[in-house]
Amino acid sequence: MSEQKPQTGTPVPFRGGGFAPKPPRIVGLVVFVVLIAIWEWGSQSGWISQLVLPAPSEAFTAFKELAASGNLWKHVSASVSRLVIGWTAGTLLGLLVGISIGLFSLARAGLMPLVSAIFPIPKIALLPLFIIWFGIGEGSKVATILFGTFFPTVIAVTGGVDNVDRGLIRMGQSFGMKWTSIVRKIILPGAMPAILSGCRISASIAIVLLVAAEMIGAEFGIGAYVLLAGSLMATDQLIAGVAMLSVLGLSVAWLIGRAEKWLLNWRT
Amino acid sequence: MDLSLRDITHVYDELEVLSGIELEIPHGQIVCIIGPSGCGKSTLLRLIGGLERPTRGSVLQIGDPPEGSLSPLTYIFQDFALLPWRTVAGNVSLVLEDQPLGAREREERIAGVLARTKLSDFHDVLPKQLSGGMKQRVAIARALAVDPAVLLMDEPLSALDSQTSELLIDDLVELWTREPFTACYVTHNLGEAVRLGHRVVVLSRRPGAIREIVEIDIPLAERTATHPKLEDLRQHLWNLMREEAQAADKELAHV
Repeated sequence: MSEQKPQTGTPVPFRGGGFAPKPPRIVGLVVFVVLIAIWEWGSQSGWISQLVLPAPSEAFTAFKELAASGNLWKHVSASVSRLVIGWTAGTLLGLLVGISIGLFSLARAGLMPLVSAIFPIPKIALLPLFIIWFGIGEGSKVATILFGTFFPTVIAVTGGVDNVDRGLIRMGQSFGMKWTSIVRKIILPGAMPAILSGCRISASIAIVLLVAAEMIGAEFGIGAYVLLAGSLMATDQLIAGVAMLSVLGLSVAWLIGRAEKWLLNWRT
Repeated sequence: MDLSLRDITHVYDELEVLSGIELEIPHGQIVCIIGPSGCGKSTLLRLIGGLERPTRGSVLQIGDPPEGSLSPLTYIFQDFALLPWRTVAGNVSLVLEDQPLGAREREERIAGVLARTKLSDFHDVLPKQLSGGMKQRVAIARALAVDPAVLLMDEPLSALDSQTSELLIDDLVELWTREPFTACYVTHNLGEAVRLGHRVVVLSRRPGAIREIVEIDIPLAERTATHPKLEDLRQHLWNLMREEAQAADKELAHV
């Protein structure tokens, strides 16, 4: 064997890599901070007119005033309790119906067309009806959120149940597991990834509907606060209210993210 | 307990997949079923275990299952069929939870089968952390936990690489030698069939019918991968199957 290595030749060009973004966490925060800093600087220097957009610092002052007045807690608690009750009830009902559609032929034949027919209706369009049915108080708002979250949950859960590995179900049957055990220990956990991604979507829908419902008729709630600020042209309060909604959305997404980590730790 | 297959014929939408299968699976023996792909091997196994109903004929249990058998006919699947959200012990526990066992008895059974399959150190490990071979060991442990009368194995080693399946064959031989079990072992791998089978049943191409039953009287523990007599047998089986396999390969899938 000769020890001589060929002297010429070009290295093989590298063509792999990419398509696997690994976002450094800090970047997102930096983008936020930089945008707000530019906005603040623009407002201070008069480049952005006060009339068009108030400075972030003013919005923050408005928020502090709201907190000092003691109304912050009233608005936030009213909104959060509507959200929690409406979303929980809608999700639980959606789970129940979704699992039934996933398991029983009759439920699938009877309910699936109904779900497909009602899902695309914007629930906020039904709010006047809900007010007649459930009253102008909490009932109509909760019902709007409930209906809004129910349908996407049904569709997500049905899809999740359909996608559970049939091999696992056959395994359960071959070991003589009870029907209820198969549903509880194989189908439900197997559908959990789809259920949780359904939760992500339904939670966002719930926040949108919450604000819409509060804008139509509510004394307290973040939506009512934003609406009042808007009609008084108090844009600083409006920005403060919108920021609160954004924080609410982020918190919900974070909570669902935690739930996913905890419930789906078995995923590769 | 013996199993007896009487004139099993199975038809899917007018397509005959199995035709007149007559077979005995005697107690304490491993019966291997081989045949070209699509000859209905796996279907036959599902019929034997009662996961499907044959169009004609019947599968009979002769004699009672042994005392303490919780699930007489138990499967081991090609894709392992482990619940990814349960640990090794949890997967074994799953099939015992619907049985009339106390919590302590269940724990003892789990510990017992994990020890038999050398999995005791992996008690709380999730399937995603295990290699294919270890996953199939867990599935074997799960099957043994219910004290089956007959193990129905559907290409259990086909998803594994050849070194791992070699190790698992040794494990199965060791398990059988220590405590003979009855099994019906479906495979397309002739090497596995001659290593593990007391009888090898050769099926023809669709509709699957029995072409030949080969008895192998060499004790399992003495069979090695290079045993000359086994090599001859393997060659004999391959000669039986070659043309069928070629023809099966050219067939169009019925979908």
